[in-house]
Amino acid sequence: MVDIEFGYHQQKPNPIIMKLSLHTQPEVPLEAEVITTKELYDKNEVEISRLSLFHGNQKVPLGEFFKVTGKFENSVEIEGDLSRVKLIGCGMSSGKLIVDGNVGTHLGAGMTGGEIMVTGDGGDWVGREMSGGRILIKGNAGHMVGSAIRGSSVGILGGEIIIHGNIKNEAGSAMRRGMIAVGGNSGDFTGVNMLAGTVLVLGQMGIRNGAGMKRGSIITMQNTEMLPTFNYACTYQPSFLRFYFNHLRQLGLAIKDSFLDGVYQRWTGDSIELNRGEILILQP
Amino acid sequence: MKIQSTEVIDTFAEAFKMWATRIIITAENSKWALEAAHSVTGFATSVIGCKCEIGIEAEIPETDTPDNRPGISILIFAGSANAVAKRIVDRVGQCIMTCPTTACFNGLDVENKVKSGGKLRYFGDGFQASKLLDGRRIWRIPVMEGEFLVDDSFGVQPAVGGGNILLLGNNIKTTLRAAEAAVIAMRKIPGIILPFPGGIVRSGSKPGSKYKALPASTNDAYCPTLRSTSPHSELPPNVGCVFEIVIDGLDEVSVARAMRSGIHAAAGQNDPLTISAGNYGGKLGEFHFKLHQVLQEVDG
Repeated sequence: MVDIEFGYHQQKPNPIIMKLSLHTQPEVPLEAEVITTKELYDKNEVEISRLSLFHGNQKVPLGEFFKVTGKFENSVEIEGDLSRVKLIGCGMSSGKLIVDGNVGTHLGAGMTGGEIMVTGDGGDWVGREMSGGRILIKGNAGHMVGSAIRGSSVGILGGEIIIHGNIKNEAGSAMRRGMIAVGGNSGDFTGVNMLAGTVLVLGQMGIRNGAGMKRGSIITMQNTEMLPTFNYACTYQPSFLRFYFNHLRQLGLAIKDSFLDGVYQRWTGDSIELNRGEILILQP
Repeated sequence: MKIQSTEVIDTFAEAFKMWATRIIITAENSKWALEAAHSVTGFATSVIGCKCEIGIEAEIPETDTPDNRPGISILIFAGSANAVAKRIVDRVGQCIMTCPTTACFNGLDVENKVKSGGKLRYFGDGFQASKLLDGRRIWRIPVMEGEFLVDDSFGVQPAVGGGNILLLGNNIKTTLRAAEAAVIAMRKIPGIILPFPGGIVRSGSKPGSKYKALPASTNDAYCPTLRSTSPHSELPPNVGCVFEIVIDGLDEVSVARAMRSGIHAAAGQNDPLTISAGNYGGKLGEFHFKLHQVLQEVDG
Protein backbone atom coordinates (compact mmCIF):
# COMPACT_ATOMS: atom_id res chain seq x y z
CA MET A 1 0.00 0.00 0.00
CA VAL A 2 1.23 3.44 -0.88
CA ASP A 3 1.97 5.48 2.20
CA ILE A 4 3.26 8.82 1.09
CA GLU A 5 2.53 12.37 2.06
CA PHE A 6 1.16 14.62 -0.61
CA GLY A 7 0.45 17.68 1.48
CA TYR A 8 -3.24 18.33 1.83
CA HIS A 9 -3.94 15.58 -0.67
CA GLN A 10 -2.57 13.00 1.67
CA GLN A 11 -4.92 10.09 1.54
CA LYS A 12 -4.70 6.52 2.63
CA PRO A 13 -5.82 4.38 -0.27
CA ASN A 14 -9.06 2.56 0.21
CA PRO A 15 -8.40 -1.15 0.91
CA ILE A 16 -10.63 -2.09 -2.03
CA ILE A 17 -9.15 0.52 -4.33
CA MET A 18 -8.49 -0.66 -7.85
CA LYS A 19 -4.89 -1.70 -8.21
CA LEU A 20 -2.88 -2.48 -11.32
CA SER A 21 0.30 -4.37 -10.47
CA LEU A 22 2.97 -4.79 -13.11
CA HIS A 23 3.87 -8.49 -13.05
CA THR A 24 5.97 -8.68 -16.22
CA GLN A 25 8.58 -6.12 -17.11
CA PRO A 26 8.18 -5.11 -20.78
CA GLU A 27 11.23 -5.57 -22.99
CA VAL A 28 10.36 -2.49 -25.02
CA PRO A 29 8.15 0.43 -23.96
CA LEU A 30 4.48 -0.22 -23.39
CA GLU A 31 2.09 2.42 -24.66
CA ALA A 32 -0.57 2.47 -21.99
CA GLU A 33 -2.80 5.42 -22.75
CA VAL A 34 -5.78 3.31 -21.68
CA ILE A 35 -4.61 3.56 -18.07
CA THR A 36 -6.68 6.60 -17.21
CA THR A 37 -9.63 7.00 -14.89
CA LYS A 38 -11.82 7.67 -17.91
CA GLU A 39 -11.01 4.33 -19.57
CA LEU A 40 -11.14 2.33 -16.35
CA TYR A 41 -14.39 3.84 -15.15
CA ASP A 42 -17.25 1.40 -14.80
CA LYS A 43 -15.21 -1.61 -15.93
CA ASN A 44 -14.60 -4.76 -13.92
CA GLU A 45 -11.28 -6.58 -13.52
CA VAL A 46 -11.86 -8.82 -16.54
CA GLU A 47 -12.83 -5.97 -18.83
CA ILE A 48 -9.82 -3.95 -17.80
CA SER A 49 -7.50 -6.91 -18.30
CA ARG A 50 -8.72 -7.07 -21.89
CA LEU A 51 -7.95 -3.44 -22.70
CA SER A 52 -5.34 -3.11 -25.42
CA LEU A 53 -1.81 -1.83 -24.98
CA PHE A 54 0.96 -1.55 -27.52
CA HIS A 55 4.08 -3.47 -26.64
CA GLY A 56 6.39 -2.06 -29.23
CA ASN A 57 4.31 -2.50 -32.36
CA GLN A 58 2.34 -5.43 -30.99
CA LYS A 59 -1.17 -4.99 -29.61
CA VAL A 60 -1.45 -6.91 -26.35
CA PRO A 61 -4.08 -7.18 -23.61
CA LEU A 62 -3.37 -5.22 -20.47
CA GLY A 63 -3.57 -8.39 -18.43
CA GLU A 64 -0.44 -9.67 -20.13
CA PHE A 65 1.56 -7.19 -18.07
CA PHE A 66 -0.70 -6.11 -15.22
CA LYS A 67 -2.65 -7.93 -12.56
CA VAL A 68 -5.90 -6.07 -11.95
CA THR A 69 -7.59 -6.20 -8.55
CA GLY A 70 -10.18 -4.22 -6.62
CA LYS A 71 -13.01 -1.97 -7.58
CA PHE A 72 -12.80 1.36 -9.34
CA GLU A 73 -13.74 4.16 -6.92
CA ASN A 74 -12.57 7.18 -8.87
CA SER A 75 -8.97 6.39 -8.08
CA VAL A 76 -6.49 3.79 -9.24
CA GLU A 77 -3.21 2.66 -7.77
CA ILE A 78 -0.52 1.37 -10.10
CA GLU A 79 2.53 -0.36 -8.71
CA GLY A 80 5.78 -1.67 -10.07
CA ASP A 81 8.70 -0.27 -12.02
CA LEU A 82 6.76 1.49 -14.75
CA SER A 83 9.72 3.33 -16.25
CA ARG A 84 9.01 1.58 -19.55
CA VAL A 85 5.30 2.29 -19.47
CA LYS A 86 4.40 5.40 -21.45
CA LEU A 87 1.35 7.66 -21.59
CA ILE A 88 -0.16 6.73 -18.25
CA GLY A 89 -2.97 9.20 -17.47
CA CYS A 90 -2.90 10.54 -21.01
CA GLY A 91 -5.94 12.78 -21.58
CA MET A 92 -7.25 12.20 -18.07
CA SER A 93 -10.05 14.54 -17.03
CA SER A 94 -10.99 13.54 -13.48
CA GLY A 95 -10.22 11.18 -10.64
CA LYS A 96 -6.88 10.18 -9.22
CA LEU A 97 -4.02 7.95 -10.35
CA ILE A 98 -1.43 6.95 -7.79
CA VAL A 99 1.75 5.44 -9.17
CA ASP A 100 3.81 3.63 -6.57
CA GLY A 101 7.18 3.55 -8.28
CA ASN A 102 8.85 5.08 -11.30
CA VAL A 103 6.89 5.94 -14.40
CA GLY A 104 7.69 6.28 -18.10
CA THR A 105 7.46 9.12 -20.56
CA HIS A 106 4.46 11.28 -21.45
CA LEU A 107 2.83 10.90 -18.05
CA GLY A 108 -0.47 12.83 -18.03
CA ALA A 109 0.03 14.13 -21.54
CA GLY A 110 -2.85 16.32 -22.57
CA MET A 111 -4.73 15.81 -19.33
CA THR A 112 -7.51 18.26 -18.58
CA GLY A 113 -8.31 17.45 -14.95
CA GLY A 114 -7.83 15.07 -12.06
CA GLU A 115 -4.63 14.24 -10.23
CA ILE A 116 -1.67 11.99 -10.84
CA MET A 117 0.72 11.25 -8.01
CA VAL A 118 3.99 9.41 -8.41
CA THR A 119 6.14 8.20 -5.53
CA GLY A 120 9.21 7.62 -7.69
CA ASP A 121 10.67 9.32 -10.74
CA GLY A 122 8.94 10.50 -13.89
CA GLY A 123 10.34 10.33 -17.41
CA ASP A 124 10.52 12.90 -20.18
CA TRP A 125 7.51 14.89 -21.38
CA VAL A 126 5.64 14.88 -18.06
CA GLY A 127 2.31 16.64 -18.59
CA ARG A 128 3.13 17.84 -22.06
CA GLU A 129 0.36 19.99 -23.48
CA MET A 130 -1.89 19.47 -20.48
CA SER A 131 -4.63 22.02 -19.84
CA GLY A 132 -5.82 21.21 -16.34
CA GLY A 133 -5.41 18.98 -13.33
CA ARG A 134 -2.34 18.29 -11.25
CA ILE A 135 0.70 16.03 -11.56
CA LEU A 136 2.83 15.56 -8.47
CA ILE A 137 6.07 13.60 -8.59
CA LYS A 138 8.03 12.93 -5.42
CA GLY A 139 11.22 12.06 -7.26
CA ASN A 140 12.92 13.47 -10.33
CA ALA A 141 11.69 13.91 -13.88
CA GLY A 142 13.30 14.15 -17.28
CA HIS A 143 13.39 16.61 -20.13
CA MET A 144 10.49 18.67 -21.51
CA VAL A 145 8.36 18.76 -18.37
CA GLY A 146 5.12 20.61 -19.15
CA SER A 147 6.22 21.50 -22.62
CA ALA A 148 4.91 21.64 -26.15
CA ILE A 149 5.66 18.73 -28.44
CA ARG A 150 8.14 19.35 -31.22
CA GLY A 151 6.62 21.46 -33.95
CA SER A 152 3.82 22.79 -31.75
CA SER A 153 3.83 26.48 -30.92
CA VAL A 154 1.86 26.22 -27.68
CA GLY A 155 2.63 24.09 -24.67
CA ILE A 156 0.56 23.57 -21.58
CA LEU A 157 -2.62 25.60 -21.28
CA GLY A 158 -3.20 25.13 -17.58
CA GLY A 159 -2.89 22.82 -14.62
CA GLU A 160 -0.06 22.24 -12.19
CA ILE A 161 3.05 20.10 -12.29
CA ILE A 162 4.98 19.75 -9.06
CA ILE A 163 8.27 17.85 -9.08
CA HIS A 164 9.93 17.45 -5.71
CA GLY A 165 13.28 16.49 -7.18
CA ASN A 166 15.32 17.62 -10.17
CA ILE A 167 14.30 17.95 -13.81
CA LYS A 168 16.24 18.25 -17.03
CA ASN A 169 16.08 20.61 -20.00
CA GLU A 170 13.35 22.73 -21.56
CA ALA A 171 10.76 22.60 -18.79
CA GLY A 172 7.73 24.73 -19.64
CA SER A 173 8.70 25.11 -23.25
CA ALA A 174 6.11 27.38 -24.93
CA MET A 175 3.75 27.10 -21.99
CA ARG A 176 0.72 29.36 -22.23
CA ARG A 177 -0.78 29.05 -18.75
CA GLY A 178 -0.42 26.99 -15.59
CA MET A 179 2.36 26.33 -13.10
CA ILE A 180 5.43 24.14 -12.98
CA ALA A 181 7.18 23.95 -9.63
CA VAL A 182 10.47 22.16 -9.08
CA GLY A 183 11.84 21.44 -5.64
CA GLY A 184 15.33 20.70 -6.93
CA ASN A 185 17.31 21.86 -9.93
CA SER A 186 16.26 22.37 -13.51
CA GLY A 187 18.29 21.93 -16.66
CA ASP A 188 19.01 24.34 -19.48
CA PHE A 189 16.43 26.42 -21.33
CA THR A 190 13.92 26.44 -18.48
CA GLY A 191 10.86 28.32 -19.72
CA VAL A 192 12.16 28.57 -23.26
CA ASN A 193 9.68 30.29 -25.58
CA MET A 194 7.18 30.76 -22.75
CA LEU A 195 4.01 32.57 -23.75
CA ALA A 196 2.74 32.98 -20.19
CA GLY A 197 2.37 30.98 -16.99
CA THR A 198 4.70 30.39 -14.07
CA VAL A 199 7.77 28.24 -13.52
CA LEU A 200 9.29 28.07 -10.04
CA VAL A 201 12.62 26.40 -9.40
CA LEU A 202 13.71 26.19 -5.81
CA GLY A 203 17.15 24.89 -6.73
CA GLN A 204 19.65 25.84 -9.39
CA MET A 205 18.62 26.48 -12.99
CA GLY A 206 20.80 25.66 -15.97
CA ILE A 207 21.70 28.16 -18.65
CA ARG A 208 19.74 30.19 -21.22
CA ASN A 209 16.60 30.29 -19.13
CA GLY A 210 13.62 32.16 -20.56
CA ALA A 211 15.15 32.30 -24.01
CA GLY A 212 12.53 33.60 -26.41
CA MET A 213 9.90 34.06 -23.72
CA LYS A 214 7.12 36.54 -24.49
CA ARG A 215 5.32 36.73 -21.15
CA GLY A 216 5.20 34.69 -17.98
CA SER A 217 7.29 34.33 -14.86
CA ILE A 218 10.31 32.23 -14.02
CA ILE A 219 11.17 32.33 -10.35
CA THR A 220 14.27 30.88 -8.80
CA MET A 221 15.79 30.82 -5.35
CA GLN A 222 19.37 30.52 -6.63
CA ASN A 223 21.40 32.98 -8.61
CA THR A 224 21.49 32.26 -12.30
CA GLU A 225 23.26 33.48 -15.39
CA MET A 226 21.05 35.82 -17.38
CA LEU A 227 20.88 36.01 -21.13
CA PRO A 228 22.11 39.36 -22.51
CA THR A 229 18.63 39.98 -23.90
CA PHE A 230 17.20 40.29 -20.38
CA ASN A 231 17.28 43.63 -18.58
CA TYR A 232 17.48 44.32 -14.87
CA ALA A 233 14.39 46.22 -13.63
CA CYS A 234 14.56 46.43 -9.85
CA THR A 235 14.90 44.56 -6.60
CA TYR A 236 11.57 44.32 -4.78
CA GLN A 237 9.18 42.11 -2.87
CA PRO A 238 6.73 40.51 -5.31
CA SER A 239 3.78 39.87 -3.04
CA PHE A 240 2.01 37.60 -5.51
CA LEU A 241 4.64 34.96 -4.80
CA ARG A 242 3.09 34.40 -1.41
CA PHE A 243 0.14 32.73 -3.11
CA TYR A 244 2.38 30.31 -4.94
CA PHE A 245 4.54 29.52 -1.95
CA ASN A 246 1.57 28.97 0.34
CA HIS A 247 0.00 26.72 -2.25
CA LEU A 248 3.21 24.74 -2.77
CA ARG A 249 3.78 24.45 0.94
CA GLN A 250 0.38 22.81 1.24
CA LEU A 251 1.40 20.43 -1.51
CA GLY A 252 4.43 19.36 0.48
CA LEU A 253 7.29 21.31 -1.10
CA ALA A 254 9.87 22.62 1.35
CA ILE A 255 9.17 26.34 1.22
CA LYS A 256 11.32 28.47 3.52
CA ASP A 257 9.96 31.60 5.15
CA SER A 258 12.77 33.50 3.47
CA PHE A 259 11.15 32.74 0.12
CA LEU A 260 7.95 34.48 1.21
CA ASP A 261 9.57 37.45 2.86
CA GLY A 262 12.56 37.81 0.60
CA VAL A 263 13.49 40.42 -1.96
CA TYR A 264 13.93 39.43 -5.58
CA GLN A 265 15.76 40.87 -8.53
CA ARG A 266 13.39 41.38 -11.42
CA TRP A 267 14.74 40.90 -14.91
CA THR A 268 12.51 41.42 -17.93
CA GLY A 269 12.81 39.79 -21.29
CA ASP A 270 13.24 38.31 -23.69
CA SER A 271 13.86 41.58 -25.51
CA ILE A 272 14.15 39.80 -28.83
CA GLU A 273 10.48 39.00 -28.29
CA LEU A 274 7.79 41.01 -26.43
CA ASN A 275 10.05 41.75 -23.47
CA ARG A 276 7.05 41.13 -21.21
CA GLY A 277 8.36 38.09 -19.42
CA GLU A 278 10.14 38.18 -16.10
CA ILE A 279 12.75 36.23 -14.20
CA LEU A 280 12.68 36.76 -10.45
CA ILE A 281 15.79 35.80 -8.50
CA LEU A 282 15.76 35.59 -4.71
CA GLN A 283 18.52 37.70 -3.20
CA PRO A 284 20.62 36.24 -0.41
CA MET B 1 -41.31 43.26 27.32
CA LYS B 2 -38.73 44.36 29.86
CA ILE B 3 -35.04 43.60 30.14
CA GLN B 4 -34.05 44.78 33.59
CA SER B 5 -35.36 48.36 33.65
CA THR B 6 -35.42 48.74 29.86
CA GLU B 7 -38.72 48.57 28.04
CA VAL B 8 -38.60 46.89 24.64
CA ILE B 9 -41.52 48.03 22.51
CA ASP B 10 -43.52 45.42 20.62
CA THR B 11 -42.65 46.67 17.18
CA PHE B 12 -40.41 45.70 14.31
CA ALA B 13 -37.49 46.95 12.25
CA GLU B 14 -38.20 47.08 8.57
CA ALA B 15 -35.24 46.18 6.37
CA PHE B 16 -34.60 45.93 2.67
CA LYS B 17 -33.11 43.54 0.20
CA MET B 18 -29.68 44.69 -0.92
CA TRP B 19 -26.63 43.08 -2.51
CA ALA B 20 -23.33 42.78 -0.74
CA THR B 21 -19.73 41.74 -1.06
CA ARG B 22 -16.91 41.15 1.38
CA ILE B 23 -13.47 42.55 0.63
CA ILE B 24 -10.28 41.58 2.43
CA ILE B 25 -7.71 44.34 2.64
CA THR B 26 -4.20 43.29 3.58
CA ALA B 27 -1.10 45.38 4.11
CA GLU B 28 2.43 45.28 5.41
CA ASN B 29 1.08 45.87 8.90
CA SER B 30 -2.28 46.39 10.56
CA LYS B 31 -1.83 50.17 10.63
CA TRP B 32 -1.89 50.42 6.85
CA ALA B 33 -4.65 47.87 6.47
CA LEU B 34 -6.72 49.99 8.82
CA GLU B 35 -5.80 53.21 7.00
CA ALA B 36 -7.12 51.73 3.77
CA ALA B 37 -10.21 50.42 5.53
CA HIS B 38 -10.98 53.83 7.00
CA SER B 39 -10.54 55.44 3.63
CA VAL B 40 -12.68 52.98 1.68
CA THR B 41 -15.49 53.06 4.25
CA GLY B 42 -15.65 56.86 4.29
CA PHE B 43 -18.75 58.63 3.00
CA ALA B 44 -20.65 55.36 2.84
CA THR B 45 -23.30 55.65 5.53
CA SER B 46 -26.46 55.40 3.47
CA VAL B 47 -27.45 54.47 -0.07
CA ILE B 48 -29.66 57.54 -0.02
CA GLY B 49 -26.75 59.93 -0.29
CA CYS B 50 -23.66 57.78 -0.80
CA LYS B 51 -24.84 55.14 -3.32
CA CYS B 52 -23.65 52.42 -0.94
CA GLU B 53 -23.22 51.45 2.67
CA ILE B 54 -19.83 50.19 3.77
CA GLY B 55 -18.27 49.32 7.07
CA ILE B 56 -15.49 47.40 8.71
CA GLU B 57 -16.58 43.90 9.61
CA ALA B 58 -13.55 42.57 11.43
CA GLU B 59 -9.81 42.52 11.77
CA ILE B 60 -8.28 39.36 10.36
CA PRO B 61 -5.08 37.85 11.71
CA GLU B 62 -2.32 37.27 9.17
CA THR B 63 -2.74 33.53 9.51
CA ASP B 64 -6.19 33.80 7.93
CA THR B 65 -5.61 36.23 5.08
CA PRO B 66 -4.89 35.18 1.48
CA ASP B 67 -1.34 36.54 1.52
CA ASN B 68 -0.61 35.98 5.21
CA ARG B 69 -0.41 39.65 6.04
CA PRO B 70 -2.55 41.53 8.57
CA GLY B 71 -5.99 42.17 7.19
CA ILE B 72 -9.33 43.89 7.57
CA SER B 73 -12.59 42.66 6.13
CA ILE B 74 -15.15 45.17 4.96
CA LEU B 75 -18.67 44.69 3.67
CA ILE B 76 -20.11 46.75 0.81
CA PHE B 77 -23.88 47.01 0.35
CA ALA B 78 -25.75 48.51 -2.58
CA GLY B 79 -29.05 48.13 -4.37
CA SER B 80 -27.95 45.61 -6.99
CA ALA B 81 -25.06 43.37 -7.90
CA ASN B 82 -24.11 45.79 -10.63
CA ALA B 83 -24.13 48.69 -8.20
CA VAL B 84 -21.86 46.76 -5.84
CA ALA B 85 -19.51 46.09 -8.75
CA LYS B 86 -19.28 49.80 -9.54
CA ARG B 87 -18.62 50.75 -5.95
CA ILE B 88 -15.81 48.20 -5.76
CA VAL B 89 -14.16 49.72 -8.80
CA ASP B 90 -14.57 53.28 -7.50
CA ARG B 91 -13.54 52.71 -3.96
CA VAL B 92 -10.87 50.06 -4.31
CA GLY B 93 -9.31 52.13 -7.07
CA GLN B 94 -9.31 55.35 -5.11
CA CYS B 95 -8.92 54.24 -1.53
CA ILE B 96 -7.13 50.88 -1.44
CA MET B 97 -4.91 50.84 -4.51
CA THR B 98 -3.62 54.28 -3.49
CA CYS B 99 -2.75 53.19 0.04
CA PRO B 100 0.83 52.03 0.69
CA THR B 101 1.51 48.27 0.73
CA THR B 102 -2.10 47.15 0.42
CA ALA B 103 -3.64 44.31 -1.55
CA CYS B 104 -7.32 43.59 -2.03
CA PHE B 105 -8.97 40.18 -2.16
CA ASN B 106 -12.40 38.70 -2.51
CA GLY B 107 -13.79 37.51 0.81
CA LEU B 108 -17.08 35.98 -0.32
CA ASP B 109 -16.96 32.48 -1.76
CA VAL B 110 -20.30 32.42 -3.55
CA GLU B 111 -21.51 31.59 -7.03
CA ASN B 112 -22.35 35.11 -8.18
CA LYS B 113 -19.24 37.07 -9.11
CA VAL B 114 -18.54 40.53 -10.47
CA LYS B 115 -15.33 41.26 -12.34
CA SER B 116 -14.38 44.48 -10.63
CA GLY B 117 -10.68 43.66 -10.35
CA GLY B 118 -10.78 42.86 -14.03
CA LYS B 119 -11.75 46.49 -14.62
CA LEU B 120 -9.30 47.99 -12.18
CA ARG B 121 -6.50 46.29 -14.08
CA TYR B 122 -6.74 48.88 -16.84
CA PHE B 123 -5.02 51.33 -14.52
CA GLY B 124 -1.95 49.34 -15.44
CA ASP B 125 -2.10 50.89 -18.90
CA GLY B 126 -1.15 47.66 -20.60
CA PHE B 127 1.65 46.80 -18.17
CA GLN B 128 -0.65 44.81 -15.90
CA ALA B 129 -0.30 41.06 -15.69
CA SER B 130 -2.42 38.37 -14.14
CA LYS B 131 -1.72 35.10 -12.41
CA LEU B 132 -4.13 32.20 -12.34
CA LEU B 133 -3.58 29.78 -9.48
CA ASP B 134 -5.98 27.07 -8.36
CA GLY B 135 -8.84 28.74 -10.23
CA ARG B 136 -8.18 32.17 -8.79
CA ARG B 137 -7.09 35.01 -11.09
CA ILE B 138 -5.17 37.82 -9.47
CA TRP B 139 -4.11 41.00 -11.21
CA ARG B 140 -0.71 42.53 -10.67
CA ILE B 141 -1.00 46.22 -11.36
CA PRO B 142 2.35 48.02 -11.43
CA VAL B 143 2.46 51.05 -9.12
CA MET B 144 5.25 53.34 -8.00
CA GLU B 145 5.83 51.30 -4.86
CA GLY B 146 5.87 47.93 -6.60
CA GLU B 147 2.71 46.05 -7.44
CA PHE B 148 -0.91 46.28 -6.32
CA LEU B 149 -2.59 42.88 -6.16
CA VAL B 150 -6.34 42.61 -6.65
CA ASP B 151 -8.61 39.66 -7.24
CA ASP B 152 -10.19 39.55 -10.67
CA SER B 153 -13.63 38.72 -9.32
CA PHE B 154 -15.55 39.40 -6.15
CA GLY B 155 -18.44 37.38 -4.83
CA VAL B 156 -21.78 39.15 -4.44
CA GLN B 157 -24.89 37.88 -2.75
CA PRO B 158 -28.35 39.08 -1.77
CA ALA B 159 -28.22 40.71 1.64
CA VAL B 160 -30.20 42.68 4.18
CA GLY B 161 -29.89 46.43 4.63
CA GLY B 162 -31.50 48.70 7.17
CA GLY B 163 -32.03 46.49 10.17
CA ASN B 164 -32.15 48.84 13.14
CA ILE B 165 -32.88 49.56 16.73
CA LEU B 166 -33.87 52.88 18.25
CA LEU B 167 -32.65 53.79 21.73
CA LEU B 168 -34.91 56.26 23.48
CA GLY B 169 -33.30 57.81 26.55
CA ASN B 170 -33.65 60.70 28.89
CA ASN B 171 -30.58 62.59 27.81
CA ILE B 172 -27.59 62.46 25.50
CA LYS B 173 -25.15 61.20 28.12
CA THR B 174 -27.00 58.07 29.18
CA THR B 175 -28.45 57.30 25.76
CA LEU B 176 -25.03 57.58 24.13
CA ARG B 177 -23.60 55.29 26.81
CA ALA B 178 -26.22 52.68 26.01
CA ALA B 179 -25.69 53.06 22.26
CA GLU B 180 -21.93 52.71 22.60
CA ALA B 181 -22.35 49.54 24.62
CA ALA B 182 -24.68 48.20 21.97
CA VAL B 183 -22.22 48.99 19.20
CA ILE B 184 -19.37 47.21 20.97
CA ALA B 185 -21.52 44.10 21.35
CA MET B 186 -22.91 44.19 17.82
CA ARG B 187 -19.53 44.57 16.17
CA LYS B 188 -18.55 41.18 17.52
CA ILE B 189 -21.15 39.55 15.28
CA PRO B 190 -19.69 38.36 11.95
CA GLY B 191 -21.44 39.17 8.72
CA ILE B 192 -22.73 42.61 9.68
CA ILE B 193 -21.66 46.23 9.59
CA LEU B 194 -22.92 49.35 11.29
CA PRO B 195 -22.42 51.91 8.51
CA PHE B 196 -22.93 55.16 10.43
CA PRO B 197 -20.24 57.10 12.32
CA GLY B 198 -19.17 55.08 15.30
CA GLY B 199 -22.07 52.76 14.46
CA ILE B 200 -24.63 55.31 15.66
CA VAL B 201 -26.92 57.67 13.77
CA ARG B 202 -28.66 60.65 15.34
CA SER B 203 -30.39 61.89 12.19
CA GLY B 204 -32.67 59.01 11.38
CA SER B 205 -34.79 59.68 8.33
CA LYS B 206 -38.19 58.96 6.90
CA PRO B 207 -38.78 58.50 3.18
CA GLY B 208 -39.84 61.61 1.29
CA SER B 209 -40.09 65.26 2.21
CA LYS B 210 -42.30 68.25 1.75
CA TYR B 211 -39.55 69.38 -0.61
CA LYS B 212 -39.96 67.36 -3.78
CA ALA B 213 -36.27 67.16 -4.59
CA LEU B 214 -35.45 65.30 -1.40
CA PRO B 215 -35.82 61.50 -1.23
CA ALA B 216 -35.66 61.49 2.57
CA SER B 217 -36.03 63.90 5.47
CA THR B 218 -35.73 64.01 9.22
CA ASN B 219 -37.65 61.41 11.15
CA ASP B 220 -39.81 63.93 12.96
CA ALA B 221 -41.65 61.21 14.86
CA TYR B 222 -38.46 60.60 16.88
CA CYS B 223 -37.18 64.19 17.25
CA PRO B 224 -37.64 65.25 20.89
CA THR B 225 -37.84 68.90 19.94
CA LEU B 226 -40.86 68.16 17.74
CA ARG B 227 -42.87 66.23 20.28
CA SER B 228 -45.35 69.04 20.58
CA THR B 229 -45.17 70.03 16.92
CA SER B 230 -45.07 66.89 14.80
CA PRO B 231 -48.40 65.15 14.31
CA HIS B 232 -46.57 61.81 14.26
CA SER B 233 -44.47 61.99 17.41
CA GLU B 234 -43.77 58.62 18.95
CA LEU B 235 -41.94 59.93 21.98
CA PRO B 236 -43.17 59.88 25.55
CA PRO B 237 -42.53 63.06 27.58
CA ASN B 238 -39.45 61.75 29.42
CA VAL B 239 -37.45 61.08 26.23
CA GLY B 240 -34.89 63.77 25.48
CA CYS B 241 -32.58 61.89 23.09
CA VAL B 242 -32.90 59.14 20.46
CA PHE B 243 -30.11 57.25 18.76
CA GLU B 244 -30.52 54.72 16.00
CA ILE B 245 -28.19 51.88 15.20
CA VAL B 246 -28.52 50.67 11.63
CA ILE B 247 -27.38 47.15 10.77
CA ASP B 248 -26.59 45.79 7.33
CA GLY B 249 -25.93 42.07 7.15
CA LEU B 250 -25.13 39.33 4.75
CA ASP B 251 -28.27 37.49 5.87
CA GLU B 252 -31.28 37.80 8.17
CA VAL B 253 -29.79 35.60 10.85
CA SER B 254 -26.74 37.83 11.23
CA VAL B 255 -28.85 40.97 11.45
CA ALA B 256 -31.14 39.41 14.05
CA ARG B 257 -28.16 38.25 16.10
CA ALA B 258 -26.69 41.73 16.04
CA MET B 259 -29.99 43.32 17.06
CA ARG B 260 -30.40 40.87 19.93
CA SER B 261 -26.85 41.41 21.07
CA GLY B 262 -27.19 45.19 20.89
CA ILE B 263 -30.48 45.30 22.75
CA HIS B 264 -29.10 43.24 25.61
CA ALA B 265 -25.93 45.34 25.81
CA ALA B 266 -27.86 48.62 25.80
CA ALA B 267 -30.29 47.38 28.41
CA GLY B 268 -27.39 46.22 30.54
CA GLN B 269 -26.34 49.82 31.21
CA ASN B 270 -29.26 50.18 33.63
CA ASP B 271 -30.00 53.71 32.49
CA PRO B 272 -33.61 54.76 31.86
CA LEU B 273 -34.16 53.50 28.34
CA THR B 274 -36.80 52.39 25.92
CA ILE B 275 -35.85 50.37 22.85
CA SER B 276 -37.86 50.56 19.70
CA ALA B 277 -37.25 50.11 15.98
CA GLY B 278 -37.86 51.99 12.77
CA ASN B 279 -40.35 50.82 10.19
CA TYR B 280 -42.59 52.11 7.46
CA GLY B 281 -45.70 50.27 8.44
CA GLY B 282 -44.35 47.14 6.86
CA LYS B 283 -45.13 48.37 3.37
CA LEU B 284 -41.66 49.05 2.01
CA GLY B 285 -39.15 46.51 3.26
CA GLU B 286 -38.97 42.79 2.55
CA PHE B 287 -37.68 41.93 6.02
CA HIS B 288 -39.45 42.55 9.32
CA PHE B 289 -37.44 41.98 12.48
CA LYS B 290 -39.93 41.86 15.35
CA LEU B 291 -38.07 42.90 18.46
CA HIS B 292 -39.78 40.51 20.85
CA GLN B 293 -39.30 37.63 18.45
CA VAL B 294 -35.66 38.53 17.86
CA LEU B 295 -35.05 38.49 21.61
CA GLN B 296 -36.65 35.10 22.03
CA GLU B 297 -34.51 33.44 19.38
CA VAL B 298 -31.43 31.64 20.56
CA ASP B 299 -28.08 31.89 18.85
CA GLY B 300 -27.16 28.68 17.11
